[in-house]
Amino acid sequence: MTQTASVEGLLRELAPQVLGAVTRRCGDIDDAEDAVQEALLAAATQWPAEGVPDNPTGWLIAVAARRMTDGLRREGARRRREVVAASREPADAQPPVPDRDDSLTLLFLCCHPALTPASAIPLTLRAVGGLTTAEIARAFLVPEATMAQRISRAKQRIKASGAPFAMPTRGEWDERLRSVLHVLYLLFTEGYGASTGAQVARSELSAEAIRLTRMVHASLPDDPEVAGLLALMLLNEARLPARTGHDGELVPLAEQDRSQWDRVLIEEGVALVSAALPKGAVGEYQLQAAIAAVHDEAATADETDWPQILALYGLLERMTGNPIVTLNRAVATAMVDGPAAGLALLESLDEPLAGHHRLDAVRAHLLEMDGDPDAAIAHYREAAGRTTSVAEQHYLLARAARLS
Amino acid sequence: MKYMLLMNYSAIPGVPPLTEWAPEDIKASGAHMGAIHEELTANGELLGAEGLSGPAAAKIVTHDGVGAPVVTDGPFPESKEFLAGYWLVDVESQERAIEIAAKTSAAPGPGGKPTARTIEVRPVMTRDIEQ
Repeated sequence: MTQTASVEGLLRELAPQVLGAVTRRCGDIDDAEDAVQEALLAAATQWPAEGVPDNPTGWLIAVAARRMTDGLRREGARRRREVVAASREPADAQPPVPDRDDSLTLLFLCCHPALTPASAIPLTLRAVGGLTTAEIARAFLVPEATMAQRISRAKQRIKASGAPFAMPTRGEWDERLRSVLHVLYLLFTEGYGASTGAQVARSELSAEAIRLTRMVHASLPDDPEVAGLLALMLLNEARLPARTGHDGELVPLAEQDRSQWDRVLIEEGVALVSAALPKGAVGEYQLQAAIAAVHDEAATADETDWPQILALYGLLERMTGNPIVTLNRAVATAMVDGPAAGLALLESLDEPLAGHHRLDAVRAHLLEMDGDPDAAIAHYREAAGRTTSVAEQHYLLARAARLS
Repeated sequence: MKYMLLMNYSAIPGVPPLTEWAPEDIKASGAHMGAIHEELTANGELLGAEGLSGPAAAKIVTHDGVGAPVVTDGPFPESKEFLAGYWLVDVESQERAIEIAAKTSAAPGPGGKPTARTIEVRPVMTRDIEQ
């Protein structure tokens, strides 16, 4: 690794901690971020030539604090009074490395319930993940100016909400943690959905989600839902190499080459969820992870423990009331009790999932199992006409073609 | 979620063609559209938007892959559906895309009366694999 590359890696690792510390000090993530950007830039140019300082975090915080003080001086007396503590800091002082977990506090702030997930996700990637706006824009396939505006809006909204830079109180803890986990989950699925090859920038989002969730798990090792979410991500990521064929075509779970699954990730995911479940605070991420674990532990598709999956979907359905979970339970029901039982369950979804292509896709699949190819073809085609995913459309049309 | 919002040139019953509007009505319509554009930009929702020239400047091209391409010049009959412009947006939900379309449809026409022009809201296909 070159000196420059190692400095860049180090800076990315330190950035959220520094931003957290500076935000804690000045109370405004927007001002803090500008100052931290300047400090990181200074480090990126100085450190490769002059060497990394003994206390790199302290160096960055001091430089950022100085930049902010300079900026505020220019801005005038009103703002200066608000950061009197920061202004008193001698320019070359080395503040101690923060003893509290500023990265985690920063993550809680970026995933604040005042933000919609669509704003929280890029802000989190920017502030906690240390990605540039250009990188985030590429990953979301939008122009950089659009993404810059979205991030700026998110910061303004946090400011307007008056949310302090502090860990959530006991009373708001559950809601705030749920919000963080939801953002990380959506970030993972955003990247996990990317088809391979041409969409490298998108697929890196799932790696980033895993990295951030590992960070949360390291800070909150006893929280079973955090462990459950990390397990869920790892158990899905493990199947990534087998999910698409040579031409990028979708390979369904039952037909995947399981020798391509990543055993190390599976082992880690299974261990995490196995340790979390007995703690008694069962949540939806743990249940989803448990379902993924049952799939991942089956040596062949035929050896899948469907009765256990069916039971887990039953619990998840009661917990969430989500019709998509019911749709998955119908598949499990078909595998345990036969396709007719699965099809009967689908009837309850005609209303809540009206016009949803996945209802047609599952119905087609179960009709195919049930030996009714003509009806299956009709529903595969119906689903193909409604999906917005090109890969899914090709897959559904190929299934229909196979039956005609 | 990305959506394309499409507006076309087809005649609206009771509303004269744009070329016959009073200048102040054209100005009011432009201001309405400009405000929507600004709002979408500020929200970080706008990916792109363009207005297209009218049917008079259009050419229609067909080619059977063998002979010379057939090129037909405009203008084309009023009844023919011609794309007038589009907005490409990236929004939180389908509801939001519909909300933007509704605002666009309510743009003022002659005398300030909303034209209620039809806006098509179309999800953009993704190359992602659906979960």
